Amino acid sequence: MRVSATIVLRGRGVVGGRAEGEALVTRETIPGWGGVNPQQGVITETHHELRGQSFKDKVLVFRGAKGSSGWSAMYHTARLAGAAPKALIFNEMTTKVALGAVVMRVPSVTDLDRDPLDLIETGDWVMVDGDLGIVEIQKRG
Amino acid sequence: MLRLTDSEKAMLDGRNGKARQKAMELLVRYAEALGAERFVDTRNVAGVPGSANPFLQRYYAGKDADGRDAIFSFFDLDSDELVDTPDAVVPTFHLQGGADPREWQTLGVKVEIFRNYQEREAFAARHDVTILKTCTPYLAGNVPAKGEHCAWMESSAVIFANSVLGARTNTEGRESTSAAMLTGKIPDWGLHRTECRFGTHRVDVQVPVDSVMDWGMLGYFVGDVVQEHIPVVAGGFERPEIVRLKHFGASASSSGGVEMYHIVGTTPEAESIEMAFGPNKPIDRFTYDEAARRQVYDRLNANASDPNVDFVMLGCPHAALDQLREAAALLEGKRVSGNCHLWIFTSRAVDSEARRLGYVKAINDAGGVVMTDTCSAFAQAIPPGTKVAALDSAKQAHYLPAILGVQAWFGSTKDCIQAAITSRWSGERP
Repeated sequence: MRVSATIVLRGRGVVGGRAEGEALVTRETIPGWGGVNPQQGVITETHHELRGQSFKDKVLVFRGAKGSSGWSAMYHTARLAGAAPKALIFNEMTTKVALGAVVMRVPSVTDLDRDPLDLIETGDWVMVDGDLGIVEIQKRG
Repeated sequence: MLRLTDSEKAMLDGRNGKARQKAMELLVRYAEALGAERFVDTRNVAGVPGSANPFLQRYYAGKDADGRDAIFSFFDLDSDELVDTPDAVVPTFHLQGGADPREWQTLGVKVEIFRNYQEREAFAARHDVTILKTCTPYLAGNVPAKGEHCAWMESSAVIFANSVLGARTNTEGRESTSAAMLTGKIPDWGLHRTECRFGTHRVDVQVPVDSVMDWGMLGYFVGDVVQEHIPVVAGGFERPEIVRLKHFGASASSSGGVEMYHIVGTTPEAESIEMAFGPNKPIDRFTYDEAARRQVYDRLNANASDPNVDFVMLGCPHAALDQLREAAALLEGKRVSGNCHLWIFTSRAVDSEARRLGYVKAINDAGGVVMTDTCSAFAQAIPPGTKVAALDSAKQAHYLPAILGVQAWFGSTKDCIQAAITSRWSGERP
């Protein structure tokens, strides 16, 4: 059994299911239409700190959604193209991120008891249980 | 815990047909994700039902069967089953699309893609969707009343409906608007609820804000500082009219996720600062001063360095009649440079009136093109070889460089028309 400590966060499930993967973390809100290439799963917005990075198959940990009402359609398209994240963990609920999570059909949680942006770093291994509203974090290294 | 009425349960049980069942299933998943407790009825839906960009056209090619539409079933309703598409049960309006119906070749759209846009438009029209084909439905015949519950897409239209008209809508998406079209339902959450419409952050304006450019810059600042919250803007400016509010909101919903704002003394839910904040205490307070204005201007012009302008695009959000009049007046006796293209986008409704008034002919005679339905960012269309664009919209300046990799100058409408005439950028930081 591994000795490395697992951090457990509890919150509210947004979309059910269970998935795990490597975290991609941003304190910024995430753009939709016009700021993302959904076929490749890459953020393209000019000023974004994740510009040029791919969220494909990552556990995306972020503040919330911003920008165009095409948010859900972009991430829906990413799902069709096989470029969607594996799971979502976010802080701020909006209609964009809720609908986007629903049509991406990936386990998603919010309203966590501690701030995931303080506890999860890019590269950590994270498990998301959208049925129970639980996040488990294995710190990298 | 989401509670459903008997009629909502009936839809969910499939008693109103398979498509309405799938629509209700999607709305229930969405409402539960939000944590909503009920639905509100809506009779005003603005979306893009059944539309398809080239990726969706290819992805769903050949998947229709028995007269059932694959794109509407699988994408709009996120259904795993192919279903019949019933007609809209509530008034539903189609927002912007992919190509101008006359000038699609100017936009570089391939004929098979254009034919498909036409087919998708005919599909929506067959199902009782009003084809406005604009991001400014409020300038083209859909003006909801104060307090009216709507289900609208298009962030610049949503912010206008909430803030300027006092109508109630969240920023809906493709799937939720198509589901609302078949059910007349949308989750009762966020801006549908009075307690969620009060201001959260205060913005004090300490520099003169007058022109459309000024209001666009102020909006870009506000969206950046408040993100998805509700700003209350106060200052000694003159009451902005509709074009300024259009640009202010479009900017604020691009740099941030603002869906509603209050301008004290101007917008209907902000007759006073106290009314705008209601029971809320401001979470934070920001000042828009000369330094902030300089920063916004520099940020909007951050990726432009080459003063040789190949392309000028106006009409984001779609030009109002007065903006086409202004463009025609600025072009009077002038010609667009042979090294530059001028494209101006508007709605079909405004275009037809502008043609009647001679504005379109004046712009055409000077070498400019007026188009409807779309814009450069949405259609991903610029003249071949464009390296440097000039724009009078902070929203377009936010999106176009990211989407098409061009440089973009941001300035006033006059700066842009001047650039079209001389093919040189001469705008200056205010």
